[in-house]
Amino acid sequence: MMLDDTDRLLINRLQDDLPLSSHPFAEVGKELGLSEADVISRIEAMKETGAITRFGPFFDVAAMGGAFCLCAIAVPSDQFERVMIEVNDFPEVAHNYERDHTLNMWFVLATETPEGIAETAERIEEKTGLQVLCFPKLQEFFIGFRVKA
Amino acid sequence: MSVETKISDREIIAALQGGLPIVAAPYAEVAGKLGMSEADLVARIAAMKDSGAIRRIAAAPNHYKLGMVANGMTVWDVEDAQVAELGAQIGALPFVTHCYERPRARDQGWPYNLFAMVHGDTPDEVEAKRAEIAAILGDACHGHDILYSKRILKKTGLRLRKRG
Repeated sequence: MMLDDTDRLLINRLQDDLPLSSHPFAEVGKELGLSEADVISRIEAMKETGAITRFGPFFDVAAMGGAFCLCAIAVPSDQFERVMIEVNDFPEVAHNYERDHTLNMWFVLATETPEGIAETAERIEEKTGLQVLCFPKLQEFFIGFRVKA
Repeated sequence: MSVETKISDREIIAALQGGLPIVAAPYAEVAGKLGMSEADLVARIAAMKDSGAIRRIAAAPNHYKLGMVANGMTVWDVEDAQVAELGAQIGALPFVTHCYERPRARDQGWPYNLFAMVHGDTPDEVEAKRAEIAAILGDACHGHDILYSKRILKKTGLRLRKRG
């Protein structure tokens, strides 16, 4: 899949907030010198190819009274696929990565209440038979991401 | 009470958590499905942004598909007294996308309290960035590791559990 320079410009712009107006893609297009139809078709194409995994509101469950937590499991390699399916099956698991470490499965829990983190971690332990380590954030220093445009 | 205020934030979140439709008038389309006016939905979204419930309406890029093949979670064992100051410096580096202080799990062989996510086009590039972080932390750091991602196993964003 090839992204052209316009796609890269657009993807950078789309990582910032979309206007809350009737025709937000027309507004974004105006900023970048693109037509509304072009913006829409490029976003659709990038969603289709997977360059954009999702487009929409980023919810902060913590601000809604809920919580996020990074968790990890040391999964024996011969059990990895089973555990992955079991863990991913929890709707509270927002994303999940395999990493090259003894702690080889790292996922983020998002729950509607702060207590939900420990409860969900416990249910994952019961389901998988493996210990879940929880690494809640104590301080956040920065969040941002930009592709090279 | 107007009809619109009977629609809960929860219903609005449920309608939006899969993403915003990529159409010319996306808020009008979602509002139509919820049975409310576009203006009312926009006002409710604006209120959720004010409260912090919605951080922003934006694209989530797939780093791999964008050619950023190397994604390393660098983890550092930093002096507690210095972690706030040094964490701020590391978080400000242009190649660090997420930076957090997290609790250690020493009994599990995990002495690290500072996490910094580093993306690069190649593993060498990530290694160079790791060295840059190590230089900044200096003697305040007692050990570190880097965990490369091998696979995305799931990436869905928020999903509310169904209430039944």
